Amino acid sequence: MRFDYHTRYAQGFALFRHRGDWLWYGLLLVALLAVPVVASTYLVGELGYVLILCVASLGLMTLSGFTGQVSLGHASFVAIGAYAHAWLMAHGVPFLVSMPLAGLIAAAVGLVVGIPAIRVSGLYLAMVTLAFSIVIEQVIGMWRSVTGGFTGMLVETPRLLGFSLGSPRVFYYVCLATVVLVLLALANLMRSGVGRAFTGVRDSEAAAYALGIEVNRVKIGAFGLSAGITGLAGALMAHHIGYLTPDAFTLLLSLDMVLMVVIGGIGSLRGAILGAILISLLPNAVSFLKSLLPAAVQRQTGLEIFVAGLVLGLFVLFEPTGLNGRWLKIRALLENFPLYRRDTFRRQKTYMKSERNR
Amino acid sequence: MNGALDLFAQVTVNGIAVGAIYALVALGIVLIHKATEVLNFAHGDLLVLSAFVAWALIERAGMPFWMVLPVVALGIGALAYGLDAVIVRRIAGQPQFSGVMLTIALAFMIRGAVSMGFGPDSRSYQTPWSGQTTEIAGVAVTELSLVIMLVALLIAVMLWLFFSRTRLGVAMQAASQNQLAAYLNGVKVKRLNSLVWALGGVTAAIAGMFLAPVSLVDTALWLITLKALAAIVLGGFGSLPGAVLGGVLIGLIEQYAGVYLPDGFKDIAPYLVLIAVLILRPRGIMGEAHGRRV
Repeated sequence: MRFDYHTRYAQGFALFRHRGDWLWYGLLLVALLAVPVVASTYLVGELGYVLILCVASLGLMTLSGFTGQVSLGHASFVAIGAYAHAWLMAHGVPFLVSMPLAGLIAAAVGLVVGIPAIRVSGLYLAMVTLAFSIVIEQVIGMWRSVTGGFTGMLVETPRLLGFSLGSPRVFYYVCLATVVLVLLALANLMRSGVGRAFTGVRDSEAAAYALGIEVNRVKIGAFGLSAGITGLAGALMAHHIGYLTPDAFTLLLSLDMVLMVVIGGIGSLRGAILGAILISLLPNAVSFLKSLLPAAVQRQTGLEIFVAGLVLGLFVLFEPTGLNGRWLKIRALLENFPLYRRDTFRRQKTYMKSERNR
Repeated sequence: MNGALDLFAQVTVNGIAVGAIYALVALGIVLIHKATEVLNFAHGDLLVLSAFVAWALIERAGMPFWMVLPVVALGIGALAYGLDAVIVRRIAGQPQFSGVMLTIALAFMIRGAVSMGFGPDSRSYQTPWSGQTTEIAGVAVTELSLVIMLVALLIAVMLWLFFSRTRLGVAMQAASQNQLAAYLNGVKVKRLNSLVWALGGVTAAIAGMFLAPVSLVDTALWLITLKALAAIVLGGFGSLPGAVLGGVLIGLIEQYAGVYLPDGFKDIAPYLVLIAVLILRPRGIMGEAHGRRV
């Protein structure tokens, strides 16, 4: 395990904690930039989708992971972002303006949804967001003049300075740029005062309040920010799907996003990315698994959802810190190889503490 | 004028019948949440499972409904006991959200297993009361909804008697109020929690077997969990009478919204109520008020 012995204050605020990190992340970026050159069109399209889900997962991580506010209805922000973007594009707004605007619209709605977060928390907040997403789904279905209702809405091909961004290879770079920008923005935010306020509210509302953090404002702000980022993912998603219908943004998408955050590891940007990758590749893995099984099993439905449940259950039971926690453990094992102690990460036994009166 | 009144009475009866089902589901969820502080998102899927098993026993094995009812109820109860004893118990002491995630995982697995075992088609089965109606004071009531109301009432009364009159029930109450104190007084908390899960499973199974002939035997039945949540919040989180009252009210609101409000409101009315209650009066109708602990 690497311990950080800081000798200067600036080290506490550094974007990359260790000197080698620049190199590794740089290499990763170069590899990602090179992917469309070597990979097949299908693979590039799929990877673009993974990147979109990374943005969505980062959005939810801002809220659930860093600020401790549960949301089971984030698919609605994806939907709002997607529809806002598609509508703006249809009315002649250029791509580069329309996408941030879609994010802003989603953020504005997020601010409104955040208001209940002042009064309710935990399970109750989960239920408010859940109910909200169901309501939004119906509203989109009913609001025919703007959204096209249940028949759907065609999304125009994105264009930038006269060039089409429609092909998977070009669109991949758009998604990659968005992911990198959002990641950088969040990484910087989390080492600023605002980010510290987020984690403060997550870890102890009372303590944060006592230290002069305006808890209510932070909560609503986190909701807005999270919704905005998720809205950006929605705008990208609109182009990926190409044709918007309300049933693309159901409860299952919300749950998928929660799965990404929990399986990735609550409270880490790396976790959000890892979780999004795992969850988006899961259906492919399952269909690969099916091809190995006898024909009678192949025709059956429901294996995808069963495997998703199994993976989630195993993570909650055996690795509550998620993929990120597992990654840290593996790294610790490699770094101290012969001297690794299993108890380094052992959880203490705790009594059942009631959260009923929070 | 008379027609409008008739319609109103008809809608009210329908609402109470639907509400009785919601009340049953809500009861099961509140029972488990009160005892173990786990909000059971897998409740609706236990219900789906019981509906499918009942279908198989009735339509495939040819068993009569009154025999299927106790068999499936006990079977699902045993399954729920096992779920707690083997899986859910392990996360005691972790944050509440882990419980939500774990039961969502269980819900996915049960739904996937049902879908794999029975296929994606929806189906239906008959009960002895299907397709018959009686008139009460000029309002046509299907016999099935009468039976559902009676069953819900019976279960509510039995639960009330169980919790107030029996040793086991009182021990469960004690454990749900303070697990550590109950444990120190010799209550076997772990076993009781599993028993509460079993009890919840039995109510889910009964609700499922009566809901399926009203709608269809389909995996989408799990969505009733969400409406039950609205009922629980409206009634006051953690209150058993509140869950019953909330269930009936949500049923009524839903039916009235379907008839008297514009198209589309029927589907979202329960959720609008849920949001409104949580913002305006988070303790619901019969919930206990409490201060915030730091």
